[in-house]
Order: sequence, then structure tokens, then C-alpha cells
Amino acid sequence: MPHCVSADCPERASKEEETNMFGKLRQLHRDLTKIALAESDRLPAAERRRFLRSGLFTAGGAMVGGALAGVAPKALAATQYPPGIPPWTRSLGPGVVTDPYGLPSPFEKEVIRRNVPWLTADKISSISFTPLQHLKGIITPNGLFFERHHAGRPEIDPQQHRLMIHGLVERPIILSMEDLQRFPSVSQINFIECPANGGMEWRGAQLNSLQFLHGMVSCAEWTGVRLSTLLQEVGIKTEGKWLLAEGADGAAMTRSIPLEKALDDVIVAYAQNGEALRREQGYPVRLVVPGWEGNTHVKWLRRLEVGDKPWMQREETSKYTDLMPDGTAHGFTWVMDAKSVITSPCPEMPLQDKGIHQIEGLAWSGRGKVKTVDVSVDGGRNWQQAQLREPVMSKSLTRFALEWKWEGNPALLQSRVIDETGYVQPTLAQLRQVRGSNSIYHKNSIQTWQVNADGSVVNVQLA
Amino acid sequence: MFNLHKTPRLFAGTWCGILLASIPLVGAAEQAGHYGYGESATDEQIAAWDIDIRPDGMGLPEGSGTVDEGMSVYEAQCASCHGAFGEGMERYPKLAGGDDSLAEDRPEKTVGSYWPYASTLWDYIHRTMPFFAPQSLSDDQVYALTAYVLNLNYIVDGDFVANRETLPKVVMPNQDGFTWEDPRPVVSNERCMKDCKDEVNVADSAAGKDLTPSTTGPLDEGIME
Ligand code: HEC
Repeated sequence: MPHCVSADCPERASKEEETNMFGKLRQLHRDLTKIALAESDRLPAAERRRFLRSGLFTAGGAMVGGALAGVAPKALAATQYPPGIPPWTRSLGPGVVTDPYGLPSPFEKEVIRRNVPWLTADKISSISFTPLQHLKGIITPNGLFFERHHAGRPEIDPQQHRLMIHGLVERPIILSMEDLQRFPSVSQINFIECPANGGMEWRGAQLNSLQFLHGMVSCAEWTGVRLSTLLQEVGIKTEGKWLLAEGADGAAMTRSIPLEKALDDVIVAYAQNGEALRREQGYPVRLVVPGWEGNTHVKWLRRLEVGDKPWMQREETSKYTDLMPDGTAHGFTWVMDAKSVITSPCPEMPLQDKGIHQIEGLAWSGRGKVKTVDVSVDGGRNWQQAQLREPVMSKSLTRFALEWKWEGNPALLQSRVIDETGYVQPTLAQLRQVRGSNSIYHKNSIQTWQVNADGSVVNVQLA
Repeated sequence: MFNLHKTPRLFAGTWCGILLASIPLVGAAEQAGHYGYGESATDEQIAAWDIDIRPDGMGLPEGSGTVDEGMSVYEAQCASCHGAFGEGMERYPKLAGGDDSLAEDRPEKTVGSYWPYASTLWDYIHRTMPFFAPQSLSDDQVYALTAYVLNLNYIVDGDFVANRETLPKVVMPNQDGFTWEDPRPVVSNERCMKDCKDEVNVADSAAGKDLTPSTTGPLDEGIME
């Protein structure tokens, strides 16, 4: 259809015009195919066969431009910068619904979740890390949200899935996913962090990567039903004080949650950044327990039970308890303390040039909003207040930035968050002094990046 | 039992306060069933899904198992990963040992050295072990395995019979090793801005340790410690 802006344009092209247009397109396709075949004549025999077999040049006129670009990449590449005109300006791209569910550009193929093979016995009960070094803003794309499974990722048919709510309630119920979505919905942006994030570093600097050191935190907009709405619907009996949440996966993961939290800001979420939860995030339904340990955000949620005492499940006794130097342990340490980390530069994103840089990073607190972030370039001797980028929300990631002129000298970069309760992120030395090196969980200390004269960045720990 | 931190809750806090106060008294009767969605859960449905066990024994089913019975199930279905004596194969968890190691430099947290409650053992084995065939064991087998793993840890004698009466009475060595109240923040820093310290010393560096998988290219399956 011809491009039409003026008011007296016809609403749509007439039948005749349309036929005409398709005729022209077909002609264009034929011409381009001819050119493509002619071009491919100049290729070595093996490449020509691959090209012809690829079928790109017959798949439609739209594809021919792309195929052409593949024919003589070198010649064309030389023309893409000014004053040249790049090949994508002189050709057509694939049409709509080429990817009915859109995917990132192939040039972004290295931006993926990654795992540390030596960390766990296998990938079934394991962890993957979000590539924080590549992310912008505060929302983690659904395909890059970190994973923690205990029995792999189940494939659940939402039609077959049920959520049971029972225990010390007036009317125990079973909800289908359709039932659940009829309740009033809420949306909120919250981070989820595994309390073992950074847990490999209690004894010393091991990993040289932002992704592996801090990538067990991600942030999304969650949509679902307030747990308080559901609990009100079933009617909690007077003796009810605790809630048990249980997953439908092969680990049947369970955690006890006090009702005070359950009735506060917890949601039973079925959507993540506008679409249904990803399977890795608990499709079709999970708990979101804002600001609390990732492990409490039970995925593939199948059961909620109200009781009068905690259940002391394996995930709240054997695991997710913090061993102190004297051999005693702290349990029920649910809240994620405030933490921050510089995401640029970092080991994966070294400094390329001297001059002005934006030091950027992420800060978050399980107790509310980030109030202030300070940045040091001299290992914590002196600090400057960074800017917080809007939006700044409770129990969400917050992005900060500070302009810095790098003269090419070695530097020690740190960030330090203060949350709205006034809590100031501790140094590793301060944390170790009280907690020792064996607590695995809740290592929220200040990260130090050593910048070398060549611009490379290394994970170091200060005395 | 627990202590919620002074989380700034804004209006949600007051709203929640109202809920807590009103639900058990008047609210419940008036509010429950307001939407009426879903179906009521029958006793049979609840019984089939309600598998959690509490330290006081609540939830434990009928049935029983001996240490000897446990040994044969264990050798067939557990030892390949957890080791014949619970010592743990490769990276699979140890189930026994580590006594009095919790304050040491390299503590070993096992069922015997760390777990506060025996009920958790029954609950966990029943809900998710053996790893590749979760919820495939009979209640008697779970009782037997619980008895056996406790015996591997010298917590019960060889003639112990686990059932809903005996199991809640088992006292685990580390039962009093936990505080169930969050003491944090136990560490907080100060917001110093200028001349905060005299010396800055790098104590450790990840450079050259060769433990970091690649963060470019395809997934790195290489580094295995
Ligand atoms: C294929 C290997 C495998 C087999 C077989 C297996 N397990 Fe496990 N077991 C694991 C893994 C892996 C974990 C940790 C799972 C996790 O944390 O997500 C585990 C955890 C456990 C734990 C908790 C350990 C802790 O300290 O928290 C117990 C208890 C246990 N298994 C008992 C058993 C029993 C009893 C059997 C036999 C019926 C069994 N396992 C069979 C792999 C196995």
C-alpha cells in the first residue's frame, strides 16, 4: 500500500491497486533472485552449493537481501560506515512473524545465563547466574532470570495444575489457574536474590566475574493475587500463625512463613514482566515474598497450609541457616540485607580507554528502598555520593551511577549502599569478624574491583 | 519465636494490622468465601497432598521400619550417591559424620552433626528421595530409611524401630544448636566519606586462580575444580 499521510487519501488501496502491487513485488522477487544466483556464481563451488541449499533466495523476496549480504560480506562490510551505505539499508529484512515469539539479535548470543560446573553434583539441582554485566535498567529479561532448581524444571500443564489451600482455615479450597486469575490482581516490581549469592567468597576471592559473583539476583514485575486476598477467602482460624508453601516439582520444595509476612506484601504470582511466568520461574504459579530469601519464593506452587507452628523443613534447618564461628546457627534469617555492586566496569567489562566513564551499578535492600549509594575509587578511603536512577522502589533493584575520569592509574572501586532503615552495607572484614567464614548465606559485603593500568578489572578482597 | 524486622511497611502495615485483628474474630465469618471461586477440598484430597511432618510428629502416618530393613533399601537406592556409610560420593551430600565439627575451620554439616529434628529426615526422604525417583518409597520404607540414617549417625541403636510414636522422641545432637530468631543486623557499617582509613591492602585476588568458567562464547563445561 502506498504511504499515505494526507486526509484525502483513500482508506485503503483498491483491489486493482493491490493486484498491481503484488505483481510488482513478485517481479522484484524474481529480479533479486536472479541477482542472487548471479552473485552466487562467483562463489567457490562448495559455498555456492551451501548457499543454494540454504533456500534463502527462494524463501521470499524479503530474504534475498539478507542472502545477498551473505554472498559478499567483506565487500559490503567496507561500505557500512559513513560515507558508505550499509547493506541493511539497501535490502529488505524478513517480514513480521518471522519469529512469532521474538528473540534477541544473534549478535547478543553471548548474553546468556551461565553455570559453574564445579559447584554442584549435576545440573538438576543447581544454579545458573544472570549476566548482570550486560543488563540495563533494573528489569531482568525473563530469559535471563537466574535459575535455582532442586529437582530440575518441571513441565506443568496449567489445566492440570491445582493450588490447594487448607489447614487452620474455615473453608479449604482447591483452585484451578483460571480460578486464581479471577481474583483481583496486583503488580509489583521486586528483586529475588538467592541468599547464597556470593557465598563462594567467604574464605577468599575465587571467581573473577560479576556474573558468577553476584548473578543470583534478578528483578521483575510480578503480577498475581495478594496472598492476603486468598487467605481472607479461606478464612484463617484464630490459632493460625504460620503458612507452609509447597512446590509441585520433584523436590516438593517447602518453606514455613509467618502469617505476619504472608498477610503483608506476599503475592501468588502467575505473570512475570507482562507474560505468564517462565517455566524456570515456577510456571504456572509461584510465591513472591518481597525482600526475603529467594528460597522462600516457592515455585510451581501447589499447596498452602495454615498452621500454628513452623514445620522445620529441610530447607529451613539443614539449609538456609547461618553457621556462626562458635558452631551455633541462626535460623529464620529471611530478610535479604542491603547490598550493592558496581556492574560497570567489572571483570567482564574492563575499561577500554582513559577519559570519562560512568561507574554504574545496582543496589537493593530486602527492608525497603535504597536511600543512598556511595562510590569509592581508592579502596574505601574516600567516598562520593552516586546518583540514583529513577525509579527507586521498595525491595527492587535500583540503578546508580557516578561520573569518573580515569587517568589510566590502578584503582580500587567499591560501592556502599544505605537503605531507608539507615543500615549501611558492611565491609567483608566487618562481616567476617562477626559471622566467620562458614555461614554460606547472606554475604552482602562491599565488593572491591581492582582496576589495573591496562584497564582490566579483577575481583579482590581487602584486608 | 520469630522477629520481623522493622520493615517500613507504609500503609500495607496498618492494613495488615487490621486484618490480623479482625480475621479471627469477625472478619473471617463475613469475608471467607466472598468470591466463592474454586471447589472445596475434601478430606480425602487434603490427606493425599498434605505430606508435611512437624517435629512434634504431626503428619506422621501409620507404619514402621527397622534399622535392618533400612539398610537393605539404603544399599539398593541411596548408597550410590550418599555412600555406603553416608560419607557422600563425589559432590553428593554426606549424610553422616562431622560430629563436633561445627566450630571447626571446615565444618561438616550432616544429619547427625547439624540437623535439629528427626522429623525433617522422614519428611525430606519421603517428599524427594531417592533423587531420580521422588515420592516412590512406601511409608514403611521411609520409616526404615530414617531409622537407618539415624543409626549411621549413632543417634539410635541397631534395634530401633521407627514409627509415629518413637520418631518424635528422638533427640538430635544439635537440637539446641540453633537460635530461631533473626539477630540481624549484627553488622552495620558507618557512613564515613573522607579519610576513612590509613591503609588499603589487597589481601586476596581472584586473578590467576583459574576457577572462573568463561563468560563469553558458548556455555563452559570445562572447569571442574
Ligand atoms: C542420584 C543420586 C542420589 C540418590 C540415589 C539419593 N540421593 Fe539423597 N540427595 C541427592 C542430592 C543431589 C541431594 C541434594 C538435593 C538438593 O539439595 O537439592 C540429596 C539430599 C539428601 C538428603 C539431605 C541432605 C542434607 O544434608 O540436607 C537426604 C537426607 C537424602 N538425600 C537421603 C537419601 C536417601 C534416604 C536416599 C535413598 C532412598 C537418597 N537420598 C538417594 C542425591 C541422591
